[in-house]
Amino acid sequence: MKKLQLRKLGLASVLLAALRREISLAMRQKGEVLTPLMFFVVIASLFPLGVGPESALLLRMAPGVLWVSALLAAMLSLQRLFAMDYADGSLEQMVLSATPLGLLVAVKAFAHFLLSGLPLVLMAPVLGLQFGLEGRALGILMLTLLLGTPTLSLIGSIGAALTLGVRGAGVLLSLLILPLYIPVLIFGAGAVEADAAGLGIGGHLSLLAALLVLSIFFAPLATTTALRISLE
Amino acid sequence: MKTAPTLTFSQLGCSRGGRLLFHGIDCVLEAGRWLYVAGANGVGKTSLLRMVCGLAPIEAGQILWKGVSIHAQRDAYHQDLCYLGHLNALQESISVRENLSFTAALSGFAPSGAQMQEVLTRFGVGGREHQLVRHLSQGQKRRVALSRLALNPARLWVLDEPFVAMDEAGVRMLAELIAAHLEGGGMAVVTSHQQVAIGSMPAQLLELGA
Repeated sequence: MKKLQLRKLGLASVLLAALRREISLAMRQKGEVLTPLMFFVVIASLFPLGVGPESALLLRMAPGVLWVSALLAAMLSLQRLFAMDYADGSLEQMVLSATPLGLLVAVKAFAHFLLSGLPLVLMAPVLGLQFGLEGRALGILMLTLLLGTPTLSLIGSIGAALTLGVRGAGVLLSLLILPLYIPVLIFGAGAVEADAAGLGIGGHLSLLAALLVLSIFFAPLATTTALRISLE
Repeated sequence: MKTAPTLTFSQLGCSRGGRLLFHGIDCVLEAGRWLYVAGANGVGKTSLLRMVCGLAPIEAGQILWKGVSIHAQRDAYHQDLCYLGHLNALQESISVRENLSFTAALSGFAPSGAQMQEVLTRFGVGGREHQLVRHLSQGQKRRVALSRLALNPARLWVLDEPFVAMDEAGVRMLAELIAAHLEGGGMAVVTSHQQVAIGSMPAQLLELGA
């Protein structure tokens, strides 16, 4: 049997191949992508129905409600971030591969943002209209979600790795991760309110961006360590 | 100067749930040889293999690759390693081809369509590249998983029960593949409940729990 001469791949192409796989896996299971999005829509729509049509109250609540719904929707899809790869042994192959695990984890978190964070960002203005938010406020809401949801995916990946293979992982994941989401929630929802009160939002956006940069740097490291422990 | 690749166990020990599985294992595996890890169920064959891969922490002793501890040179060691465990590492909802090109990409290689076809044909699952993995039988999935070996130029193969769920022709074909790998200077660590002859080279035997 002769040995095959295989074409070598650069690191960028390896990561691109990993991203392509995440996306094609998601496309084959569209329900998995749509469920958190529908969850977001339903939760955010329940508030106007429950609170009543008092527009001043709804307007005040809107950013907070939309942000909390986004956090919960992100949690819903996080459980599955590593679970399938863990169950079939692909995760072992990733850990044992020549590609740095931290980069593969970052790719997975980025795919999670593309498939669950970005749809939320795009859906948010539609839901914002239910609460009577106006053009400028909707724009700020989208911007904060765009800066905040990647952080949610990155921080969430740590929790998803820690709870891998644990029974009742979903609840445990929420207990571990939701407290870590508090800063993102405060500055995300706060930006819209600050603008409505006539204050600048530069500070809020800078802090959201800082949280994102920090989590890009540290979350993959923490996640890799957690994955190695989970696989032992 | 390049040191000849050797896999060395020195005073290796392992326990599970407070029970000592094995201890004081010394062994040197050189290029072109294969190590046959034998023993009854529960003596720690899989635990040993997971330690060799670096998936499980080493409790006692050391595992050296080219004279250096495997945990001190993780990335370089993984370049030389191909592991096949009990799990097939195949995602059910994507095609055979998508699965194989992903695992090949992980080790930094891009097999062409023709190469993949050739390997799959050799493993008796030719013409199924575009089928979803969920539509394959257990044995076929195993064959697809094993074909990763041919698409990976790693020097050290660590195979946990590779002959399980294979028919007679499959066992023979896998034995030939391992023999060719050894002839090319490769090495293999294999556990199996069936005694299988691989090439002309007698195995180095490591009997656990004896």
